[in-house]
Amino acid sequence: MAGFLLRRLALAVFVIVTISLITFVLSHVAVDPAAGVAGDSATDEDIAAIRVLYGFDQPLITQYFSYVTNVLQGDLGRSYLSGEQVSDLIRERVPATALLACLSIVFALLLAVPLGVLAALRPNSALDRFALTLAVVGQAVPNFWAGLLLILLFGVNLGWLPISGSETLAHFVLPAITLGSFAMPALMRLVRAGMIDVLEADYIRTARAMGLPEQTVLFKYALRNAVLPVISLTAVQFGFMLGGSIVVESVFAIQGIGYLAWQSMSRADMPVIQAIVLLISLAYIVLTLLADLLNAALDPRIRVTR
Amino acid sequence: MSAIDPLAANPSGARPSERAMRRHLGFMIGATVVIAFVLLAIFAPLVSPHDPFEQNLLLRLKPPFWHTESQPGYWLGTDQLGRDYLSRLIYGTRISIALGFGAILISGLIGITLGVVAGYFGGWIDTAISTLITTRLSLPVVLIALAVVAIVGGSLTVVLLVIGLLLWDQFAVVARTTTLKLRSAEYVSAARAMGASRAHILVQEILPNIRAPLIVVATVEMANAVLIEAALSFLGLGVQAPLPSWGLMLSEGKNFMFFSPWIITLPGLCLFALTLAINLMGDGLRDVQEARR
Repeated sequence: MAGFLLRRLALAVFVIVTISLITFVLSHVAVDPAAGVAGDSATDEDIAAIRVLYGFDQPLITQYFSYVTNVLQGDLGRSYLSGEQVSDLIRERVPATALLACLSIVFALLLAVPLGVLAALRPNSALDRFALTLAVVGQAVPNFWAGLLLILLFGVNLGWLPISGSETLAHFVLPAITLGSFAMPALMRLVRAGMIDVLEADYIRTARAMGLPEQTVLFKYALRNAVLPVISLTAVQFGFMLGGSIVVESVFAIQGIGYLAWQSMSRADMPVIQAIVLLISLAYIVLTLLADLLNAALDPRIRVTR
Repeated sequence: MSAIDPLAANPSGARPSERAMRRHLGFMIGATVVIAFVLLAIFAPLVSPHDPFEQNLLLRLKPPFWHTESQPGYWLGTDQLGRDYLSRLIYGTRISIALGFGAILISGLIGITLGVVAGYFGGWIDTAISTLITTRLSLPVVLIALAVVAIVGGSLTVVLLVIGLLLWDQFAVVARTTTLKLRSAEYVSAARAMGASRAHILVQEILPNIRAPLIVVATVEMANAVLIEAALSFLGLGVQAPLPSWGLMLSEGKNFMFFSPWIITLPGLCLFALTLAINLMGDGLRDVQEARR
């Protein structure tokens, strides 16, 4: 297990270095960072002066190492547009995105687990077919479209919920449903498949033969084993949600990391883009690493074959 | 992104029988809708009632035919610039279909090459390629695609390249696993014994026999590519105006959706129908392959 852990950790570091390198090179080659810092009204002389002052005239490799050193010291640079510290900008936005991701995953699990279990109890029944249809349809709905439809239905026509902003918990309901619906189908399919497998296992037959109440068999023996892989998929889906939050936060104007990412991408605010890509990728990598470790802990074959 | 179990696919790689596919309702519905979209994309200039770029500010935001204030000749109404919505939706099919097929061509070429080479040669080549696959699996696709397009600048070509260069991982995973199994198959050993070159074995012996599971991967990735393009364009970072990308149409229409809800409903429905149809095709192919196992 220690060897596996070390290999995966080394890979995680390799991936994050690769991402930082790609975003750094692109944001220094595809656009002129000196022009970005100088702003729209700057003259050519201003830009040239800033290029020297900020060290943008140095070789790219020198600039990259100085960037990495700064990042490791917690200095993510300053926004080209507002001049604020990027770390401050991000810190302000983390709570909204974290709340949205948590509510979304709770919504997805609240729908996926009961539906998956019920579908597995009666495979090929009407309920099972409904659950599978819901999964197929759910996977095909673009989340930004779903968000707009929810705004029209619950925000405008029924007037039940706010449609924009992140001031109260009510503001998060529609975005969480939008984002959670995206993760639900995969989780539901996994619960269903896991339960069908487990319910056919010998120890479940034994438990039933021993006369244990059906509820005990289902919830104490079957579900507990069936949800183990679901936990690791939940971690991966949580990572997907951080990426998906860009779209959903921009639809609902939630003042989170995703909205900040979209704003900075629309205005080519490179230091903010670089920092957010790095941060979300890091969170995503940690979550997939956790999922892998969890899988390895549960299934020794993974530790050996990888 | 959906995980694909290579073991769920037909291990022999034999082509699923046409009869079994014809009997699969989901596959038939999906395939029919996809073919209809492809035909619409090809014959867009012939079937579009108007020029999708022609503006008429006197005819702004005219509703579709089921509304009383609809404009004769404009079946699905007009957008905020008075452009015929039906024609824009039909031309939008071209972007999604071209993007979907283009992206899986690029990603398929990369992924299948890497997967087959890793699976066939094994050893350090397999270790290196497997590391590359795991690295790719650790990248948040939408975020990276958004960031690259934002930095480089959005256009159909950039979006196509970025998506194509990102979605190769499942092709590689499935190609590698299936090639690993076929490497020691009798007919591969026979070809080797007869002195066939490595290139011949890979292209003539292995590749045709891992085709079936890869087609399933292609459907999943095609649906993904269509959705990612739409998301990028919706955020204003993908295909640029005045091109009629469905995602861009949703983005442009959202400011008018409170009084003209159809303006977001219609492009969303097209996007949903195409993605659903591709997924149904993929699910059908997988079911048929599983049944043959």
